[in-house]
Amino acid sequence: MSIDSMFTHKMWDDDELSKMVGGGVPFPMLSDAGGKVGTVYGVYDEDNGVEARGRFIIDPDGIVQGYEVLTPPVGRNVNETFRQLQAFQLVRETKGAEATPSGWRPGKTTLKPGIDLVGNVWKKWKVEEAFD
Amino acid sequence: MPEEAAAGCARPTGGPVGEESDKTSTSKQTTQKEEQSMIKVGKKAPDFTAPGYQKGEFINTKLSDYLGKWVLLCFYPGDFTFV
Repeated sequence: MSIDSMFTHKMWDDDELSKMVGGGVPFPMLSDAGGKVGTVYGVYDEDNGVEARGRFIIDPDGIVQGYEVLTPPVGRNVNETFRQLQAFQLVRETKGAEATPSGWRPGKTTLKPGIDLVGNVWKKWKVEEAFD
Repeated sequence: MPEEAAAGCARPTGGPVGEESDKTSTSKQTTQKEEQSMIKVGKKAPDFTAPGYQKGEFINTKLSDYLGKWVLLCFYPGDFTFV
């Protein structure tokens, strides 16, 4: 979503993005001319009339589980977004019985929050796991 | 899911859905801005409608149409920049 019109989105997809991604962008490219939606999400910069690089993970119940907002010059890490999405999906699938500690990726140690875990995280999880 | 949108000469736009934010008069927008708090994790994502483009068609999208699915909502400064 950006302040560009849907017509500009089409031009961008037709002329450039489709050369980078086969068949063009598969998901909706939304227009927020005027920044009304961006204002509600806290990413609209009125002085410059553009939106910051905001990324919101919204779960199937419509709840915001996480977000990240960067100023325009720095791009995002798509892998980190997917990692977070996979972690939130695991937590949801286990109905909160499992939690994903720092640096978790699919296959790495999860933790089961409960009284047995208090003071015992160090036995279950090693600091090295926080890093790739 | 997204319905098709007519591609006329007017510049279509969307906006937040529900409560006082449905109308687009300037005074209401000002009030809305002042009352707006930051997004909070664990809280409802504000619903909105927005026109857009997807795979050869102009569409109208509503966030709440995606209830039941995971959504990644991404904002960026403008077309022809990176993400």
